[in-house]
Amino acid sequence: MSDGTLMGTDELPYDPTSPLTPTGNLRRRMIFSRAVSVAASMAAYIAIAVLIVVVWGVASRGAHALRLNFLIHNPEGLAEGGIANALIGTALMVLFGALIAVPIGVLTGIYLSEFASKKSRVANGLKLALDLLQGLPTIVVGLFIFGLIVIPQHKESGFAGAIALAIVMLPLIARSSQEVLLTVPGALREGADALGVNRWRTVLGVILPSAMSGIATGVILSTARAAGETAPLLFCDGIFNPNATELNLFGHGVPNIPLLILTASDLAIPEAFARAWGAAFVLLLGILLANIATRIVLNRSLKKRGGA
Amino acid sequence: MNNSRDRTSADGGGDGVPTVAGRVRLRTEPGAQVRTVHETVAPDTVRQSVFDINDMGVQYGSKTALAHTTMKIYRHLVTAIIGPSGCGKSTFLRSLNRMNDSIDSFRLLGQVLYNGHDLYAPGVNRVEVRRRIGMVFQKPNPFPKSIYDNVAWAPRNIGLTADLDARVERALRSAALWDEVKDRLRTSAMALSGGQQQRLCIARAIAVEPDVLLLDEPASALDPVSTAAIEDLIGTLKNRYTIVIVTHNMQQAARVADRAAFFSLDRTDLVGTLIEYGDIKTIFGNPRDQRTRDYVTGQFG
Amino acid sequence: MSTRPFAQRYFGRGHSSSGTRRNPVTKTGDSVLRGLSTAAGLVAVLVLVGVIYQLVDNGQPALSRFGLGFLGHTTWQPNFKQFGAGALIFGTAVTSAIAGFIAAPLGIGIGLYLSMMAPRGVRRIVGPLVEMLAAIPSVILGFWGVLVLAPFVTKHLEPWLHNTLGFIPIFGAPQSTGLSVLTAGLILAIMVLPIIASLSRDLFLTVPSELTQGAEALGATRWEVIRGVVLPTTLSGVAASVVLGMGRALGEAIAVAQVIGDGNGIHTSVFDPGATLTSRIALQFPETTPHTLYSGSLFYLALILLVINLATTLLARGIARRFDVERSYAKAVAV
Repeated sequence: MSDGTLMGTDELPYDPTSPLTPTGNLRRRMIFSRAVSVAASMAAYIAIAVLIVVVWGVASRGAHALRLNFLIHNPEGLAEGGIANALIGTALMVLFGALIAVPIGVLTGIYLSEFASKKSRVANGLKLALDLLQGLPTIVVGLFIFGLIVIPQHKESGFAGAIALAIVMLPLIARSSQEVLLTVPGALREGADALGVNRWRTVLGVILPSAMSGIATGVILSTARAAGETAPLLFCDGIFNPNATELNLFGHGVPNIPLLILTASDLAIPEAFARAWGAAFVLLLGILLANIATRIVLNRSLKKRGGA
Repeated sequence: MNNSRDRTSADGGGDGVPTVAGRVRLRTEPGAQVRTVHETVAPDTVRQSVFDINDMGVQYGSKTALAHTTMKIYRHLVTAIIGPSGCGKSTFLRSLNRMNDSIDSFRLLGQVLYNGHDLYAPGVNRVEVRRRIGMVFQKPNPFPKSIYDNVAWAPRNIGLTADLDARVERALRSAALWDEVKDRLRTSAMALSGGQQQRLCIARAIAVEPDVLLLDEPASALDPVSTAAIEDLIGTLKNRYTIVIVTHNMQQAARVADRAAFFSLDRTDLVGTLIEYGDIKTIFGNPRDQRTRDYVTGQFG
Repeated sequence: MSTRPFAQRYFGRGHSSSGTRRNPVTKTGDSVLRGLSTAAGLVAVLVLVGVIYQLVDNGQPALSRFGLGFLGHTTWQPNFKQFGAGALIFGTAVTSAIAGFIAAPLGIGIGLYLSMMAPRGVRRIVGPLVEMLAAIPSVILGFWGVLVLAPFVTKHLEPWLHNTLGFIPIFGAPQSTGLSVLTAGLILAIMVLPIIASLSRDLFLTVPSELTQGAEALGATRWEVIRGVVLPTTLSGVAASVVLGMGRALGEAIAVAQVIGDGNGIHTSVFDPGATLTSRIALQFPETTPHTLYSGSLFYLALILLVINLATTLLARGIARRFDVERSYAKAVAV
């Protein structure tokens, strides 16, 4: 039954028996679509090119750092020696900061995933606070610690730097812990509760262990990032003896890698550049390796968990 | 002998649909049986075959989802694909307009000819395929645009912009939706009810005047009233389009279809297999295969 | 045995509904854990409050002396006790704008490529590589910027730009050092690009496949599917990612400080040295003594920076949340 309201007549606007190659305006549309694809891929390759250029720029100038001498000797003068004390200083500060940020961060993650009901104003307020904290310019964090610790103590110190780094690490660890904890299946919690096990035992004994690798990943990434942070240290641990051999977090400033690089770029003494490139290469290498390693671990655990 | 009742090809049988003489392979057991049919044919009532499916199969990676299938789908007929769930009906349907291509592990075996052209030949343009072979999905999926823009979107792409308003109206009328929405064409399509959204999706599909319409369980997510409306729709649409409809609802198939292909899961290797294909009256009234009989009678309770 | 969800049961105070007896000692364990984690959560809030307090408190000398006029004043002469944020707000805006113009289209393009166009194998390599860009510490990027990018900019990029587009005032005469607003903008673009790319890619992946398949089934090309379905549904999210990226650019101190040259005043040419809120703080704070007008002014700058930063973070969150088309679509189509 075909009344006049049906689509057209029996004639289609094209020949359906013609070969299945573009008819009408399709050819033009295909060309345009392909052009867009090409443009988008070029954007990706530009980004990768930039990455390669920068990494190669650092690696080619700093690869000399991969000598034991460079890594275990202290700097001498303006341009000689190695970066040992800066490496240790950074390591000490990051470790100390992590000692503070990890428990607080993980506990915050536990609060958000285990104790707070999802819709509560407290939970939302906390998430907002963490978002804002994470977005804070790190130089503002540095100024905060400057006012809080450096001024009262009348000195910059590794301790102040470590606290500043802890603040930078905290929201990252809190968020990643919360996300990992949320992926632990609810069935685990319900099962434990059905057996009459107390909440804290469940969290510590069942949920936390199963989330451990995810949390560890978050911690590693956060500490790797903190190791490269400069702005928090500028005013908290910016004054130090670059050739110092004794390192005390609670004494005066501690040498560290980021500021070693920064002062080199400030001073504009070409001889000092080589040492700074070396430090930059070591730092970059460490961070990239941490990123790659955690990615591999994450992929493996994802495959174990669920597969496709 | 040549009694129409005794015809055993998967390709003919039943009243009113004369077939072309040919050899047909009907796969009912692991060892294929070949039956030959000879038939006198009145030339002016020969039906064109839109799809020639020859020995087609589907694999996802190493898993075979659909076993070798051979059948023809005819112009201006409603062909129903029926069978229990999981037997590859949707996979079969989606292979007809290359919608399975988006699945990485998909591999087509055999051949699907559309109007004589190999659908999966290297030079074939997928977009052109879908322009001619449209699809309506199980769950209504209108765009978050106005009703008008939903229907007008594809015609605009294709360049069918002359008399666009008229085209949109015709499509909506054909989908039996015009009266309900004509005063609110510019409002969001998301505000429509489920049944209306599905009819909108049908209008959207026919606005570009495809050659074939593939319907993947179009009413399964809808209430009975909407379902009835869509079944009526199919009845009117078939004069214009060739329709292939997947449905798990036997009564629906009996109501709307001219021919039916019954697929089932081969019990041993869990592969979707075409069991029987023929005129709707034969499939439902006098199926040749026991499994068809079991399925059909089981459904009717 | 109760069937209520775990959290609900816990919140409803009192008895365990399964009837088992709980050891009073371990019930304390629950409270201890709860208390500890609540306290931990409060730390974040306390820090935020503390930050605001410190900035306001230490900025007092300048706040009380200049008030809001500080924002418009463009002179910065410490020796003459003249301070004003005007030029720095301008510099912040310009460098962020340069970064945005470069990073936003590239980032969105990369997001589209990684979500809709690239084959699976390519995705798995290109995606992580783009994210690696974000892992480069800013001091290293700045160091590279000073010693590698700046010379390139001044030797090749600036002359070329000046020759081809010199009629536009922002492309003035090339300077000698390459430490300029342009170089800073380029460095910022490198830092912002991976953020926008990752966020948009994740965004485009959330478009329901039923929508994209529906569009494909209507005989649309890949680009038409993107233009007709993907982009409209994710528009607000993309805007939010750009705002977030810009927020990152605003707050970036070290790399910018290294390459921008610490210029004064407002210049039209992007080849001139300039200064942003962050670079001014980073470069001049070490020269100040506490509780002076000078250091107070720098704290005031930090306060302005903080306000802008909080505003962009909230804006990004607001955009993403308010126009969450994904969610409303899912609701509407729930048949």
